[in-house]
Amino acid sequence: MLDTASRPFLEVAGLESWYGESHILHGVDFNVRRGEVVTLLGRNGAGKTTTLKSIMGMVGKRKGSVRFEGTETIGLSSDKIARLGVALCPEERGIFSSLNVQENLMLPPQVKPGGLPVEQIFELFPNLKERLSSQGTKLSGGEQQMLAIGRILRTGATLLMLDEPTEGLAPVIIEQIGHTIGRLKAQGFTILLVEQNFRFASTVADRYYVMEHGKIIDSFANSELAANMDKLHEYLGV
Amino acid sequence: MTAQAITSSAAIDAAKRRDEMIAFAVMALFLLVAPAIIYPFFLMQALCFALFACAFNLLIGYVGLLSFGHAMFLGLAGYVSAHMAKTGAVDIGPLHLHFGPVDPVLAIVCGVAASAVLGVITGALAIRRQGIYFAMITLALSQMIYFFCLQAPFTHGEDGIQGVPQGKAFGLIDLSHQTTMYYFVLAVFLAGFLMIHRIINSPFGDVLKSIRENEPRAISLGYKTDQYKLAAFVLSAALVGLAGATKSIVAQNASLTDVENAMSGQVILMTLVGGLGTFFGPVVGAFIIIAMQNYLAGFGQWVTVIQGAIFVACVLAFRRGIIGEIAHRLGLSL
Repeated sequence: MLDTASRPFLEVAGLESWYGESHILHGVDFNVRRGEVVTLLGRNGAGKTTTLKSIMGMVGKRKGSVRFEGTETIGLSSDKIARLGVALCPEERGIFSSLNVQENLMLPPQVKPGGLPVEQIFELFPNLKERLSSQGTKLSGGEQQMLAIGRILRTGATLLMLDEPTEGLAPVIIEQIGHTIGRLKAQGFTILLVEQNFRFASTVADRYYVMEHGKIIDSFANSELAANMDKLHEYLGV
Repeated sequence: MTAQAITSSAAIDAAKRRDEMIAFAVMALFLLVAPAIIYPFFLMQALCFALFACAFNLLIGYVGLLSFGHAMFLGLAGYVSAHMAKTGAVDIGPLHLHFGPVDPVLAIVCGVAASAVLGVITGALAIRRQGIYFAMITLALSQMIYFFCLQAPFTHGEDGIQGVPQGKAFGLIDLSHQTTMYYFVLAVFLAGFLMIHRIINSPFGDVLKSIRENEPRAISLGYKTDQYKLAAFVLSAALVGLAGATKSIVAQNASLTDVENAMSGQVILMTLVGGLGTFFGPVVGAFIIIAMQNYLAGFGQWVTVIQGAIFVACVLAFRRGIIGEIAHRLGLSL
């Protein structure tokens, strides 16, 4: 039997996805080990968000293999994948505007034991505690992002997929989110991050994969970031 | 500072609950004394329609599912309870049971059960689609039920079921006495209303609201949303059935009027005029529409034109409906 520490926690192989007639992912291969923070980098339209949605089973059609803790999830529906312990915090955050902060926080079902208790979520995001009765619509962008991350921490999900958590946020909030990701990693969560802002990603990530045209074109560890800077500038056009 | 913030959060919740409790107390008090000033039969009819609209609102207002065929539940429950209260005969295939006229409460329970079963069957088909397709499926199914009610022997086709005995509830409470019947109907209405309020304010209700807002997100959080939508559909159907069954005992008849498409349209009108997605809106909407039909009956066909004009005015001028607009202006939760 394979040692669970050495076996990839998430193993994506030959993943192809379609939105209607549009073929978006053309065979994506990568893996994430338990307890790692892995970042997908790439230009707009490279397929980063689609990769997360495909892992979550939220695209029209997909092919290939996505194994989570050894379980093949390619044929499973989105709710079943969530119940295995995979959680997605989408780019648009998906806060339910007619529910207040507390209801949004308590809404997701607990899928596994080991989720963070609410007190610990408030410790990570003190702003949420102050706005428990506020409607989802009345939150600032930063608060919405905190709530979107906070509510998937309660569920006991062990793989957190965060899609551009820093988009459109003030530097001080970005710093707070970076600090939170660090703490979650220290607590043993595995995180798959999608970021355009690799300066932010470099503060939290262990490894990077670079995507282009629906494929992984490169990968390197955080320690190799400096050496790969020129290539990265070329890939990302920054 | 945090402690203050939490206190104010709790205060907002408490204020919301207080608004709703005061509004409920005012409504209940008004309905308790209303028969002294308003014709009780009109009130009973309006209460049945109010429950119908509240149950319809559970689906459109909180799950975002617009059904164009809710009259099928009202009508079928009416026929079943009227039939059970009058003859109590069940002849389905090889099954021949003759209970004789049953207790009106049992007749109502049979009507509710029939609507719930119909809700499971039609809901399982309809919830597979969203938006206009959902509406069209419910419309088509309700047309089939209309045809069934026209043809089935026990409904007596165009004649309907007439002269339904009101009997004694639980063998004790004589419902043929108008005041007694009124308070019986009021109890049924209030129980149904409170049940809907409880459903909406429960964690189950929160999941329904999340489905209304962003179904793919609710699924990706781990919910089998189809099961929730079906449960809400069946609950709505059963509560509409409760309204229809009670109405047939009150009016002592069941007819094709309650199962027609026009009735499905009426309930949409009631809910919109009162306020979609508000607790008290459908009640107010139902009272206004039923009052117009009763008290403007002298205008004949013009009632429909007046209703149409009110509908257009509502949609153009205050889309939140009467209660929705009042709640918005005063910053209340109703």
